[in-house]
Amino acid sequence: MSTTQNLTLVQAVRDGLKCELERDDDVVVFGEDVGENGGVFRATQGLHEEFGEERVFDTPLAESGIVGTAVGMAAYGMVPVPEIQFSGFMYPGFDQIVSHAARMRTRSRGRFTVPMTLRAPYGGGIRAPEHHSESKEAFYTHEAGLKVAVPSTPHDTKGLLAAAIRDPDPVVFLEPKLIYRAFREEVPEEPYTVELGDAAVRREGTDVSVFTWGAMTRPTLEAAENLAGEVDAEVVDLRTLSPMDWDAIVDSFRKTGRAVVVHEAPKTGGLGAEIAATIQEEALLYQEAPVKRVTGFDTPFPLYALEDYYMPEAARIEDGIRETVTF
Amino acid sequence: MSVLERDPDERVQVLDEEGRVVDGATVPDLSDEQLVDMYRNMKLARHFDQRAVSLQRQGRMGTYPPLSGQEGAQVGSAMALAERDWIVPSYREHAAMYVRGLDFDQTLRYWMGDERGNSLDGLNIMPVAVPIASQIPHAAGLGMAIDYRDDDAVAVCYFGDGATSEGDFHEGLNFGGVFDTPTVFFCNNNGWAISVPREEQTATETLAQKATAYGFEGIQVDGMDPLAVYQVTREAVKKAREPPVEELRPTLIEAVQYRFGAHTTADDPSVYRDEEEVERWKQKDPIPRLEAFLRDRGVLDDERVAEITDSVEAEVADTIEAAESIERPSAESIFEHVYAEMPRRLESQMQYLQRLREQHDGELLEE
Repeated sequence: MSTTQNLTLVQAVRDGLKCELERDDDVVVFGEDVGENGGVFRATQGLHEEFGEERVFDTPLAESGIVGTAVGMAAYGMVPVPEIQFSGFMYPGFDQIVSHAARMRTRSRGRFTVPMTLRAPYGGGIRAPEHHSESKEAFYTHEAGLKVAVPSTPHDTKGLLAAAIRDPDPVVFLEPKLIYRAFREEVPEEPYTVELGDAAVRREGTDVSVFTWGAMTRPTLEAAENLAGEVDAEVVDLRTLSPMDWDAIVDSFRKTGRAVVVHEAPKTGGLGAEIAATIQEEALLYQEAPVKRVTGFDTPFPLYALEDYYMPEAARIEDGIRETVTF
Repeated sequence: MSVLERDPDERVQVLDEEGRVVDGATVPDLSDEQLVDMYRNMKLARHFDQRAVSLQRQGRMGTYPPLSGQEGAQVGSAMALAERDWIVPSYREHAAMYVRGLDFDQTLRYWMGDERGNSLDGLNIMPVAVPIASQIPHAAGLGMAIDYRDDDAVAVCYFGDGATSEGDFHEGLNFGGVFDTPTVFFCNNNGWAISVPREEQTATETLAQKATAYGFEGIQVDGMDPLAVYQVTREAVKKAREPPVEELRPTLIEAVQYRFGAHTTADDPSVYRDEEEVERWKQKDPIPRLEAFLRDRGVLDDERVAEITDSVEAEVADTIEAAESIERPSAESIFEHVYAEMPRRLESQMQYLQRLREQHDGELLEE
């Protein structure tokens, strides 16, 4: 019988890294403060000690250098797992991500690949300073050649992270830091994967499909529960944003005929738009109401005194669901 | 004393402009055959370059970045490497890539818009990197991986003078120093970043001296003297493999040279520089310099030079024919190497393109 541990999401990150470091000698974990310090969120705690300086190491404070050296290591056959301390600091490395990590396989006709998993905590709600709260997943889903995964539970975190590290293509792995320590879950001790590109139905329902991911999954489920009796909402946690599980989205919509998309990211150009457009293309004749988007605003992420206004939370999501069902 | 130990501002030279060995210089230990190879590689690169520019002018190829004037730096450095070593090129290193085993028809294909020209199976060459300086961290990363695997290889990264202004130059060299990687950072300082002269890129006296900031050696070499470039690169590579005690393995080489032609075929250098300046640099042309040296040594004579010229012209003609006779890549190849496994949505877009072609054949693609 397999044993489990009761882990938070960030502990599941650490456990996932540990399992992959044990499984494959080519896996290396590096970034700012990930070594002896164990990461500013403790996602790599103890790994430096356990696996040594060659496998888990600190780098200079240089995001482009971190991603760029990962590209070079990958070309030599290694499996780099760099960390960017906050997703708001990925931009100095953005050129390396889009111009090189994403394009290397195409450019070399498959000779060189970048099986990198680029981890970064994302999202708001933790009373953080400027640049520490954004959700910019759409930047990465827009880029061909990248995959993007966003877990919402400790169990999925370990499994998706293992799948990302074993995947032959670069994966941007965005971790919902708001729920790093929000709750615990039983997580198997042994390694396992949760397949990339596979959504999870978190709550079955027949009246409306609510699509979300990452830290928004919890308030969305809360909203669905609050409405139980009044509305029977289905909640689909997409888990991987590229490639997106379009079958799961369209299947759920065909059942309910109504959709709400919940994301922290700004509305304009966000993934809600892509989901709405796909529903139009694939299931127009099933549609009973406009696709509702409950999202962040098209503003810079406010400093934390006002961030609660910005972040979708259960009450706002409930309103969105109700409006869609009563259209 | 290793030439690397000289002052970064003191430019290493073996041959003067007339191809005579300068006082105090040591001619690198190369056989006559290797020296003739070096000469032939440069002649070939020059002739290829001239033909490539003319292909572009005739509408047979897209935008192309010429290298004439820079053969000495590219050939001299690439010949100093062992089979197991890596090069990490920018977009102008056709001659260095040729020396490392990439035939020029591949280079032509790439600049003819066919991505297969960047497919380098079996060669220790990274694909062409277009964004300036962005390949420098890759070379540091390659070095980190070589180190991790305990291999004996060295990664040589090429970039231009303009690249030294980019953040990736700093980050790449800094990682090289911090992780003490077996990396040679080879700057082809050709004096001009498109229209901006070297003096406007940085306030430092030389580019080589920037190495000091990363804790390793920098050296300036006459980049139009293939023997000096060979010597300096060979020592840098040797040091990267077996560093002396308390010395870091990376080296920054600044090879001072000049591009005789335009930045690319889309550029008109007459707008920003004088013909007189170009003529002055042409006096340093690496090809006649090495030729004079080899004639003086009795290795080359008129007959041998004519033979080499003929064989170079024949090889380039064959290369062009090979590049032009290859069929256009398939439409499907747009989708084929985006991911290891094609996602469903990409597959349906590929099928859509196939349907479009069936319905509008001939209207979609300019022949």
